Amino acid sequence: MIRAVGLTKSFGDFEAVKGIDLDVRRGEAFGFLGPNGAGKSSTMRMIAAVSPVSGGELSILGMDPAVDGPAIRGRLGVCPQEDTLDSELNVRDNLVVYARYFGISRSDSRARADELLEFVNLTEKARARVEDLSGGMKRRLTIARSLVSSPELLLLDEPTTGLDPQARHLLWDQLFRLKQQGVTLVITTHYMDEAEQLCDRLVVMDKGVIAAEGSPRDLIGRYSTREVAEVRFAVSGDDNPHQAYAEQLGDLGERVEVLPDRLLVYAEDGDTVLEAVHARGLRPVATLVRRSTLEDVFLRLTGRTLVD
Amino acid sequence: MSPLAPTGRLSTAAALSRLLPYWFTVTRRTWRGSVVSSFLTPVFYVVAMGVLLGGFIDGDPERLDGATSYLAFIVPGLVAAHAMQTAVADTSWPVFSNFKWNKVYDSMVATPITVRQVAIAHLSFVALRVAATCAVFDLVVAAFGVFETWWGPFVALAAQALTGAAFATLMYGFACRIDSDAAFGVVFRIGIFPLFLFSGAFFPVSNLGAVGERLAQLTPLWHGVNLSRMFSIDRIDWSLAALNLGVLLAVLVIGSRWAVSGLEKRLTT
Repeated sequence: MIRAVGLTKSFGDFEAVKGIDLDVRRGEAFGFLGPNGAGKSSTMRMIAAVSPVSGGELSILGMDPAVDGPAIRGRLGVCPQEDTLDSELNVRDNLVVYARYFGISRSDSRARADELLEFVNLTEKARARVEDLSGGMKRRLTIARSLVSSPELLLLDEPTTGLDPQARHLLWDQLFRLKQQGVTLVITTHYMDEAEQLCDRLVVMDKGVIAAEGSPRDLIGRYSTREVAEVRFAVSGDDNPHQAYAEQLGDLGERVEVLPDRLLVYAEDGDTVLEAVHARGLRPVATLVRRSTLEDVFLRLTGRTLVD
Repeated sequence: MSPLAPTGRLSTAAALSRLLPYWFTVTRRTWRGSVVSSFLTPVFYVVAMGVLLGGFIDGDPERLDGATSYLAFIVPGLVAAHAMQTAVADTSWPVFSNFKWNKVYDSMVATPITVRQVAIAHLSFVALRVAATCAVFDLVVAAFGVFETWWGPFVALAAQALTGAAFATLMYGFACRIDSDAAFGVVFRIGIFPLFLFSGAFFPVSNLGAVGERLAQLTPLWHGVNLSRMFSIDRIDWSLAALNLGVLLAVLVIGSRWAVSGLEKRLTT
């Protein structure tokens, strides 16, 4: 569906995307995981055939975006990071006018709008003004709008940023249903749980390059341990005492990461680590054992956390 | 275009048929707010200036570019000037907002529509709206008996719409190139408002003195006002009409290119 080789994007002297290779297959849910400023949105805009490629090769649905932009866009659905809904129109009109852009007739546009409102649970809000919708409803409307043309490939740029947990789960459920219908999903996110929930395969992006690629489970297996013991010690003054504790605990796991407020000890068995911590006479104020996540993969690959 | 590369590029006509429903829908939802500015305001002008102020002015064709009353003189000029004002109002904040605040343009270019087609469709809609506003205006003032022939007003209407369209392209291109909407305030105060007052809508530009008259005649609005007036009062100088038309068409063509390139710079990043 999407193939990129050495793809770059520059804005003046700034290189936002520094040569990435991609191969997205039909029917899969593919993710770009990375912090803000990693180059995810720039990549998405190139894939959406609205932003010219600066260098390298990009082919979408077998076509060149520089030549076949309108044809590519006709087969894509795009859910942009910022809502671009028309606040002067009501909910249903937003869908109807958008369907017209794809050359869908007036009566078919109306039927399609009603069908999609049903799909995203907004039928009751059909006549409401967009301004009066909650953030989650606007997001669902934007997703509904991206589906008016029955796209084969759906691009979702940070689909759940700013939503409350309930709204996120509702959206994930709808995206999952789309995937089951055979729609190829490309998602950018800086939420590791979103990437784990939705993506069959993903790339970890940082500072314009791809740091790693694989399924969420692969990546965790490759770059992290089964479990993580989180250990928090009392902080006094400006110094971070965790650095000193890290040296004392360094031998308890495969790896220790120091965060401003806690230590992460990577090991196969987190409880054993905690027992050893206590056995050494250390008294942490809080502890937690959990499974490794993509957040840990990101930390390992870049030395930083995803959400600053 | 080779059959192997289906660019999917739409003809301008096809793109218009897809985009104009959007503009008509917006109009249907918001027309109430614009009734006062686009219709009542000019009627107030005609009554206050054409009828009441005009009552103090001799209807001397020698001094009124051939009009037999001040009302007959001012109405075609006012409609042309109103066309300009409607056009620049519709292409200033509304255009800026569509790429800066509500991002409606961004949503349009995510579809098979191109940036150029988005600009052309918006400008076409503004031209239609200006023409409709002027038509209603002309219809109302026709009741005051200001038109000399039955066909003149139709040509005058075309001149008024062309004037509006020409100014729409200029303001559109400007709106695409500014970073802060504060720039509109400056343009309206030092550009549009003096044009409105001094381009021959309210008095013959010969009153401005030799230099002032020449300056006024360089403005696109004067060409629109003059064309509108000649056909309204049936005092037509055909060579001057050709010049007026030529200037307005030139502004329209150059302005359209400026508008399209402005939006392309804005949206293609």
